[in-house]
Amino acid sequence: MALKLPIYMDYHATTPVDPRVLETMIPYFTEKFGNAASRSHRFGWEGEEAVGYAREQVATLINAEKPEEIVFTSGASESNNLALKGVAEFYKDKGSHIITTKVEHKAVLDTCKRLEKQGLTVTYLDVDKTGLVSVDDVRNAITDKTILVSVMLANNEVGAVQPIGEIGKLCKERGVLFHVDAVQGIGKTEFDVRAMGVDLASITAHKIYGPKGVGALYVRRSKPRVRISAQVDGGGHERGMRSGTLNVTGIVGFGKACEVLTQTWRDEVRKIEAQRNRLAERIFKNLDEVYLNGPALDSGKRLPNNLNVSFAYVEGEGLMMAIKDVAVSSGSACTSASLEPSYVLRALGVDEELAHTSIRFGLGRFTTDEEVDFVADLVVGKVKKLRDLSPLYEMAKEGIDIKNIQWAAH
Amino acid sequence: MAYSDKVIEHAENPRNVGTLDKEDPSVGTGLVGAPACGDVMRLQIKVTDGGVIEDAKFKTFGCGSAIASSSLATEWLKGRTLDEAETIKNTDIVAELNLPPVKIHCSVLAEDAIKSAIDDYRKKQASRRAQG
Repeated sequence: MALKLPIYMDYHATTPVDPRVLETMIPYFTEKFGNAASRSHRFGWEGEEAVGYAREQVATLINAEKPEEIVFTSGASESNNLALKGVAEFYKDKGSHIITTKVEHKAVLDTCKRLEKQGLTVTYLDVDKTGLVSVDDVRNAITDKTILVSVMLANNEVGAVQPIGEIGKLCKERGVLFHVDAVQGIGKTEFDVRAMGVDLASITAHKIYGPKGVGALYVRRSKPRVRISAQVDGGGHERGMRSGTLNVTGIVGFGKACEVLTQTWRDEVRKIEAQRNRLAERIFKNLDEVYLNGPALDSGKRLPNNLNVSFAYVEGEGLMMAIKDVAVSSGSACTSASLEPSYVLRALGVDEELAHTSIRFGLGRFTTDEEVDFVADLVVGKVKKLRDLSPLYEMAKEGIDIKNIQWAAH
Repeated sequence: MAYSDKVIEHAENPRNVGTLDKEDPSVGTGLVGAPACGDVMRLQIKVTDGGVIEDAKFKTFGCGSAIASSSLATEWLKGRTLDEAETIKNTDIVAELNLPPVKIHCSVLAEDAIKSAIDDYRKKQASRRAQG
């Protein structure tokens, strides 16, 4: 079968809607368009029933005890905001300290920064050179003022899977609430809110083959019963925790996406991991000075679909342009508006020079073996070409240590 | 961000890639930028006794716009006198390649590389005269 270009290998950013999900959604755009809050007619009942069913599908995927523990939102950024701000506000008499890590998504980090401005104290824990947080560091950071620990299930750049179960156990022992931004890990690594002692969890549909613009916050209802202050006021939807007319169509799709994942994720992980390893193997075999960012591929602590590598002496954006038939992303400064290289790679202690040369490949449900081979060969060829163009590669080959040169920062 | 056709063309088919002998007295070398900032340009010129640039070569570590800016610079340098070469401004490169604001620093770096290469050549010539 001929390859279709461009090839999508940026599944960490978003995923296409699965055809099974789309099919489930279609009637809810037109025939079944009712407002789930309309209690007085069939249109409303139909919407409410569909939302209730989706709530069960989402709850099942993460093993929540009751569907009522799922609060639908517009996506994980809102879920993270609601979890952190909602807990900080509700428990302000209990304490004012939050613990998180330096490699969280901006939706957590920037929310924490805002809470700091409002007088809360936030501890941003370091991670090791593979991106993993230490449970002991979490333990040592907890004080009698701590109300919440927030740690992501898996990192979106380097795929590091955090020890959520252990942190959950610790938080239970210390009587501290535990929030998990589970966006990247759902369906790719084990996630069970009951077994792992998770009190709040953020998830989103568009990373798991559902539509964009819909997500959820899991809020535990017993042992302990977690309370949050609403951040959007209005009609009192979602048991008062998140007002706003429910995105019934999106929620139906989200539910279906969760159902598909519940049934297929273990098989899918095997497929994707084999493809990811095949991609890595071909790249490492054919190029020198390629460095893996994040946990080892066989460590069991890395997302099965993630490959993040630095191609020394080849700038990331330059490489992305050279492989423009392949959609990937880079930790290079040039891809961001801020011109700063990735803060995640910096937290891992990756040299700035190498951070600029990093490329993230994200594989997914629809990635084929043919695509993997094509991408590997293309990358190898273009890296060689760009190294011929790189003064740094030439200098390195001449034995000049580029670290000993007085570069003028600009 | 979408690239202009000219940036893509230069990045895919860079002109004058290569290395001149930096010990040659008729060669001026400019090495600007920093690996930690994500772009390094090395631009070299070979100058005739009459002060005309007869050859120009570059190698660049950087994004497509940085590669295109230095590739374009070498094209413009060939056949110019040093005085003419000095009049090349980063804004000329921005205009020719349709660089967006976020990529203007690439053109600034190319202008710096030109100036640095000319400077290196002149210093070499001055020290030769001093010795001779």
